[in-house]
Amino acid sequence: MKQETKTFDKKLLAVAIKDSFIKLNPRLEIKNPVMFIVFIGAIITTLITFTSFTAFNIQISIWLWFTVLFANFSEAVAEGRGKAQAEALKKMRTNTYARLLSTPPLSKGAGGIPEKQVLSSELKVDDLVVCETGDLIPSDGEVVEGIASVDESAITGESAPVIRESGGDRSAVTGGTKVISDRIIIKITSEQGNTFLDKMIALVEGAKRHKTPNEIALTILLSGMSIIFLLAVVTLKPFELFALSASGNPKSTLTVPVLISLLVCLIPTTIGGLLSAIGISGIDRLTKRNVIAKSGKAVEAAGDVDVLLLDKTGTITLGNRMATEFIPVKGVEEIRLAEIAQLSSLSDETPEGRSIVILAKEKYNMRGRHFDENSIQFVPFTAQTKMSGVDITDKGKKLEIRKGAAEAIKQYILQKGGAYPPEITQIVENIAREGSTPLVVTENNMVLGVIRLKDIVKGGIKERFEQLRRMGIKTVMITGDNPLTAVAIAAEAGVDDFIAEATPEMKLARIRQEQADGKLVAMIGDGTNDAPALAQADVGVAMNTGTQAAREAGNMVDLDSNPTKLIDVVEIGKQLLMTRGSLTTFSIANDVAKYFAILPAIFVTVYAMNGTGVLSKLNIMGLQSPESAILSAVIFNALIIIALIPLALKGVKYQAKSASSVLKRNIFIYGFGGLIVPFIGIKLIDLIITTLHLI
Amino acid sequence: MIWQDYLQIFIFLAALIALTKPLGLLIYRIIEHKSGSGIFNKIENGIYRIIGVKSDTTMDWKTYLYSLLIFNALGFGFVFLIQLLQAYLPFNPQHLPNVEPILAFNTAVSFMTNTNWQSYAGETTLSYFVQMIGLTVQNFVSAATGIAVFLAISRGIRNRMNKDLGNFWVDLTRTTIFILLPLSIIVALVLISQGVVQNLNGYTELNTLEGAKQIIPTGPAASQIAIKQLGTNGGGFFNTNSAFPFENPTPFSNFLQMLALILIPSALTYTYGKIVGSTKQGWLLFSVMLTLFVVGLTVSLYSEYSMNHSIGIAGNMEGKETRFGITNSVIWSTATTDASNGSVNAMHESLMPLSGMVAVLNIMLGEIVFGGVGSGLYGMLIFVLLTVFIAGLMIGRTPEYLGKKIQAKEVQMAILAVIAPSFVILVFTALAVMIPQGLSSMQEPGAHGFMEILYAFTSAAGNNGSAFAGLNANTPFYNMMLGIGMLIGRFAIIIPVMIIAGSLSVKNITPVSAGTFSTDNALFGFLLTAIILIVGALTFLPALSLGPIVEHLLN
Repeated sequence: MKQETKTFDKKLLAVAIKDSFIKLNPRLEIKNPVMFIVFIGAIITTLITFTSFTAFNIQISIWLWFTVLFANFSEAVAEGRGKAQAEALKKMRTNTYARLLSTPPLSKGAGGIPEKQVLSSELKVDDLVVCETGDLIPSDGEVVEGIASVDESAITGESAPVIRESGGDRSAVTGGTKVISDRIIIKITSEQGNTFLDKMIALVEGAKRHKTPNEIALTILLSGMSIIFLLAVVTLKPFELFALSASGNPKSTLTVPVLISLLVCLIPTTIGGLLSAIGISGIDRLTKRNVIAKSGKAVEAAGDVDVLLLDKTGTITLGNRMATEFIPVKGVEEIRLAEIAQLSSLSDETPEGRSIVILAKEKYNMRGRHFDENSIQFVPFTAQTKMSGVDITDKGKKLEIRKGAAEAIKQYILQKGGAYPPEITQIVENIAREGSTPLVVTENNMVLGVIRLKDIVKGGIKERFEQLRRMGIKTVMITGDNPLTAVAIAAEAGVDDFIAEATPEMKLARIRQEQADGKLVAMIGDGTNDAPALAQADVGVAMNTGTQAAREAGNMVDLDSNPTKLIDVVEIGKQLLMTRGSLTTFSIANDVAKYFAILPAIFVTVYAMNGTGVLSKLNIMGLQSPESAILSAVIFNALIIIALIPLALKGVKYQAKSASSVLKRNIFIYGFGGLIVPFIGIKLIDLIITTLHLI
Repeated sequence: MIWQDYLQIFIFLAALIALTKPLGLLIYRIIEHKSGSGIFNKIENGIYRIIGVKSDTTMDWKTYLYSLLIFNALGFGFVFLIQLLQAYLPFNPQHLPNVEPILAFNTAVSFMTNTNWQSYAGETTLSYFVQMIGLTVQNFVSAATGIAVFLAISRGIRNRMNKDLGNFWVDLTRTTIFILLPLSIIVALVLISQGVVQNLNGYTELNTLEGAKQIIPTGPAASQIAIKQLGTNGGGFFNTNSAFPFENPTPFSNFLQMLALILIPSALTYTYGKIVGSTKQGWLLFSVMLTLFVVGLTVSLYSEYSMNHSIGIAGNMEGKETRFGITNSVIWSTATTDASNGSVNAMHESLMPLSGMVAVLNIMLGEIVFGGVGSGLYGMLIFVLLTVFIAGLMIGRTPEYLGKKIQAKEVQMAILAVIAPSFVILVFTALAVMIPQGLSSMQEPGAHGFMEILYAFTSAAGNNGSAFAGLNANTPFYNMMLGIGMLIGRFAIIIPVMIIAGSLSVKNITPVSAGTFSTDNALFGFLLTAIILIVGALTFLPALSLGPIVEHLLN
C-alpha cells in the first residue's frame, strides 16, 4: 500500500479517460444534479446544432460535452488511484490452500490431528486451520493456539514481522499475510467475501461509496443554487422579448444554446464537477498514510473532532521506561549502587533492565562482567514477588541482589531482618511525584538506593499538542499509572487533561460525557476492552495489531498501528472539508466575472442606440464579439475544472492554525482569487479564439 | 446636498442606533418574562382565560407552526368576509358598496401577510369598520406573527436538545398588547399632536376658491398610521400614504414615521442577542443591516442629486413632496424598502433609475436589511446559515452556527426560503410580460414599464407592499397573482424557518474553541454581506439589467 501513486500516472490516465466516457450514462450523471443540468444542456445544444449548423453552436456543444467529461474525468482519476491500490490487494486474495483441522486440537503441538487440504475460499466461520513457517494465512481469524511471527508487509508495507499469539490483544491475523516462524492454529472469524482484505478492496475501490452527510448538504445547496439560476435564465427569454419589442428591434440574439451557455456558466459546475473527486481523494490520502477508513463519514467527522483520547504508552511516551538516575542512600557511594544495579540487571532482558545496564555504562563506563555459569542464578520478576535480581556465589560468599517496587522490597528486607531506612521512603515518594517509577536496590539485607525509571516523552509531541490546541482540539491522556505519575507526565507532554488508573469503563464514560457536552471525540485503541469505546467514539481508529473485536468496532483501521496517526487523521479530515469549502467559494465567486462576460453579449441588440445596445457598456473586459464572449466564458468554465483537479485530489494547503487565520487565508486565495481569475482567464481565451478566427 | 441634509441623515441614524438597545432589551424582558402577580399578569391571564389558552404549555415546532397557520387562516377568512359584506356592517358613513371578491382576496392576503399591498384605494373602497376591525387588527397581529416566528427560531438556536419553542398564543398576546399596542398609542398620540386626523366622521365636502368641489377624506387615521409604521405594514389609511398631509403633516411627523418603520426590526437584533446569550451576535446582524442600509442610501442619494440628462436638471424632485425634499424622501424610500414596510412619502415610480434599482434590490435581497418585524431577522438568519455553511467549511469543520451543526435539513430549508421569493419575482414577472392581461396595466412603455411589473411582484414576494405606482394593479390578473405571490413570499419562508427552528432546537451545542468558526467578528460580517449581495445580484442581475440598468445607461 505504501507505494506512492503519482497524481497523473500514464496508465491511470488512460483508464480514467475511458471511464469519463463510461460515466456519461444518464443513470450515473443524475447522481450529480449540477452536472446533470450540463449533461442535458449538452444534449439539447447538440440536437440544435444539427438543425442550425453554425460554428458557434458546434463549439458550444463541444465545450459543454467537455465540461461534463472533465467532471467525469476528475472522478475517474480519483477512483483510479484507489483502483491501483485495490489491484495490489486483489493479488493477495488469489486462492491458497488451507490446512483444515478436522477436530479441535486437544493440547499444544497436537501434531497427530488429521488435517485436510481445502481451498481457502471454502473456509467457513469457526473452522480451525493450522499455519506453519512459510504458510500463507488463508483468511481472517484469531490465533487460538501458539505464537508466531507474521509478515504483514503485504497489507501494511511494514517489512518487520509482527508477533501474533493466542489470547491477549495480539491475536488477530489477516488473510493474505505470511507466517515466517513457528506454528499457530487459527480460528476463522470472517466469512469469505467479507474478510478484512475484501472490505479493504471495496473501500479503496470506492465501490461502496456513499455520499457523506456534509456532501449531501452541499449537494442540496448547489442544486438549490442551480434552481435559482435556472429560474433566472428561463425567465430571461420573456424579459428579452419584451425588451426587444419595447425597443423596436425584433431580432433576438437569445438562442437556446446561448441561454444554456449562460445557465451552465452560472450554476456551480466547478465545485459540482469536483465534489466527488474531493471526497474520494480524502479517503485516498488516508489510505496512503496506511489508514483505512470504513466510511467517508468517518473522515468527515475527523475534521470536526474536539477531543482526542490518547493512550499514554506508545503515543505520548516511548513504549518503555528508561533508567535515568541512581540515587544512593546516605553512606553508599553512587558508583557502588550503579555496580550492584548493573549486576542485578545483567540477565534481565526487559527493556527496563537493559536501560539500567546502559545507564551504568554511560555514567561509569562499566562493562558487563562474566561470571561462571554456575555461580550466578537469575531470579526473574514475577507478579507475586514484584522484584527480580540475581544470586551470586563468589568464593563461597553468597550475594543476594534484588531490585523492585518499594513496598515489595520493604517486606523482603524486614523479613530478612534488615532495616528499611526512612530516607528511602522519602526518595521513593519524590520520584513518584515527578512522574517516574522508583526501583529500590538491595544487597543481602541492606538497602543501597533507588533507580529512577523515567517515562520518556516522545520528541516533538508537545509541539504537536500545541498545534492541536491552536486548532481548538483538546487532548486527553489515558494511562494506567497512578494520578501522581500521570499528572507529571501530563505536564511534561503538555496534554490538556488526563485519566489516571484508567479502566475501559472510564474511557467509555469519558467519551459519553464529552459527547453529551456536544463534542466529537476521536480515540485509538487495540484491545478487546477498547471495543466499546471505539464504537462509541465519533472517530475510532483501531490498530491493525489489535484484536478482531477492536478492528470491527472502530470506523478506521491503522495498518501501521501507530497511535500518533490519530493526529494525521484529524488533519486529513479538516483538509477535506477545507477543500470543499474553498472550491465552493471559488465557484460562486467566479460567477461575477461570467455575468460581465455574458450579459453585455446577450443584450447587444436590446435598446440599441447607433446599432449597439446600451448594455454593451457593461462589457468591461472588452471582449471581441458577443459570440466570442459567450464561448470564452463556456471554455473557461470547462477548463477551470481540469485546472483544479490536482487541487481537488491533493487538497488545499493545510496549516495547523486557528480557525480565523485559516479562514482569512482561504477567503483571500479562493474568494478574491475566484473573483479575479475568471476576468483574466476569459479575456485570454477571448484573445486566443479571436486570433485563431474560431468564431 | 447642504449641511442640513447631512445633519438630517445623522440624526436619523443616531436615533436608530441609540434606541436599538433599550427597546431591544425591553422587548426581551417582556417576552421572556416569567409569570408573576402584577397588574400586567392579570390582564394577560384574563386574555388567556377568554381565548382558552393554557399559557404554561410549551410547543414543539409542529404545534407552534400549526397554531400560527390556523390563526392566520382565521384572520384571512375574517378580513375577506367583512369586505364582502361591508355594506351591511356598521361604521360605513360613505355607504361604500361590498368589495368584489378578487380584490377582497388580495386585500385580505395582503394584510394577513404583513405586506399591505393596496390594490384598493383606501378612502374610496373600504369602510371604517373594515379598516379598523379588519385591517388595523391584522396590522397588529401580522406583525406579532412575524415576531413569534423570530422568537421560535431564536429559541431553537438557544435550546440544547429540547423541543420547546415556546407558546405561540403567549408570544402573540405579549407582543401585541405589551409591545405593539403601547408603542402605537404613544406614536399615535404624537402624530395627532402633529395634526394627523383621528375621527369617525364622514368626508367633508368643500367649495374651493376656484369654485370647484373638493372632498376631504378624514377618519381614524392616526391609530392606523402608528401601527402601519411600527409593524412594518405600510398600508396607508389614505391612498397616497404618507405623502398625504393628513397622514404625514409635519417634518417631525415625517421623522417619527421614518424612525418608527425601522425601529422594531432594529431593536429585535438586540433582543436576538439576548435570547441566544450573546449580544455581540445581535450587534453583528445589526451592523450588517446598517451597512447595507447606508450603502443603499448613499447610492440613492447620489442618484437623486445627480444630473438628469433628459431634462438637464440636477436634483430630482419629480414625485416628491416639496415639504420633505429629496433627502427625507430618499431616507424614507430606502428605509421602507429595506424594512419591508411599504409606506411611502414620495412616488417610487419617479425615482432616478439607480435609486429605483436600490429600492427594488432592497426588497429582492429578501427583506432582511432590518426587514419586516420579526421576518427581517428570521430572513437574515437564513442568510447567516447559508454563509456559515459556505464559508464555515473553509476552516476545516462541518459548519456550525452558535454550536449548532448546519446539516442537510437546514441547508435544504434555507435554500428553499431563498428560492421561493425568487420564483415569484422572476416567474410571475415573466408571465406578466407575456400576456395581454399583464401588459395592459403598464403605464409607461419600455424598461420603465418592465420595472413597474417587476417591482410589483418583488413587493408582493418580499411582503413589502410599496408600489412603483404607475402599474394599474387592481385587475383580476394582478390581484390574483400578487395575492398568491404574497402568500408564497410569507409562508414559503415561515414554514422552512419553523422546520429549521425545530431541527436546530433538538441538536446539541458544540462548545466554542479556537477551532470554531466565529460569527461575531468583522470577517463574518463581511462574508455575510458578500453572500447576501452575491446571491441577490446573481439572481436578479439579468432582470435588473433590462430595467433600471438600461434606464441608467440610457440617461
